Amino acid sequence: MKPPSRVREMPILRVIARALVPVILLFGLYVQFHGDFGPGGGFQAGVIFAAGLIIFALVFGAEALRQVVPVVLTERLMAAGVLLYGAVGVVAMFLGGEFLNYSALDPLTTGHYGQHLGIIVIELGVGIAVAATIMRVYYAFVDRRADEDGTGADPALDAGAGGEAT
Amino acid sequence: MPPVELLLMLLLLATVVVVARLQDLFAAAMLTGIASLLAAGLFVLMDAVDVAFTEAAVGAGVSTVLFLGALSLTSRREKQQERTRILPILIVVATGAALIYGTWDMPAYGDPDAVIHHHLAPELIAETEEKIHIPNIVTAILASFRGYDTFGEVVVIFTAGVGVALLLGGLGPRRRAGHGEEES
Repeated sequence: MKPPSRVREMPILRVIARALVPVILLFGLYVQFHGDFGPGGGFQAGVIFAAGLIIFALVFGAEALRQVVPVVLTERLMAAGVLLYGAVGVVAMFLGGEFLNYSALDPLTTGHYGQHLGIIVIELGVGIAVAATIMRVYYAFVDRRADEDGTGADPALDAGAGGEAT
Repeated sequence: MPPVELLLMLLLLATVVVVARLQDLFAAAMLTGIASLLAAGLFVLMDAVDVAFTEAAVGAGVSTVLFLGALSLTSRREKQQERTRILPILIVVATGAALIYGTWDMPAYGDPDAVIHHHLAPELIAETEEKIHIPNIVTAILASFRGYDTFGEVVVIFTAGVGVALLLGGLGPRRRAGHGEEES
């Protein structure tokens, strides 16, 4: 019997993961959108969000995650995050400021609302790019594994349980 | 040094020594995660909450998973070294000694007279609220005052992701067929 399937069938893991993953994703969103008031920001939020989804994949299989977030989507989001960040800079230029000078986003006041808006949008860009990149790297490992032995086995669980291979 | 910091530092030291000596790479990967968590604890004690946050999420969380992913592509145990090599040990010891020697010139931890507390920091602390209008100064500095650097960092992350994807199978339509999604 292959260890991965045994690990995946453990009811405790499945129940805990089912309960924890939504909380982790929600916490990721909190860190994303509360980064201007508390510790955190786009980078940490992206990592937490991706980690939550990867935990889901570890317990329920990478195929289950692929249904939610296809590989192609992660590739597009990687680029979209970077472009969103850059776009804020370009919009600031069109509104008469320098590149990435968010004060120009809000010409009516002294500029600090523009700063706040700019920071929220670029942090969102950072979060999207980081989360998508981490998931794309994870998929790269999973696919490589599938190429080698033809199973859809999950790499992390195999490493954890398949010690007798050597 | 306060006792909690000392304890964390000793645990960190013990962990990294064990990681270096372990032959079992699975255990080594888990212990690097623990080392990151201990480092994150130290950062919290130094009031560097944002850094601790990153260290815990990246070092203890995601990179452990990626280590395990890499391990599943290779062997779980390190190959036995026939003989102890002297030159690498010498280089490591010399580099470590140089780094420790470098810390002698650093100001004492928490020294209010240190240059870093007089140059830029007071102005940033005084002006952030009025100029940027958000309470987290770290976020304000990273996202606005040095927005160019952060943009560069995001591009670096993007490039790293593209690089890993290309090395391990390719991107987009030319990706090697994973699970019959596409034929290559």
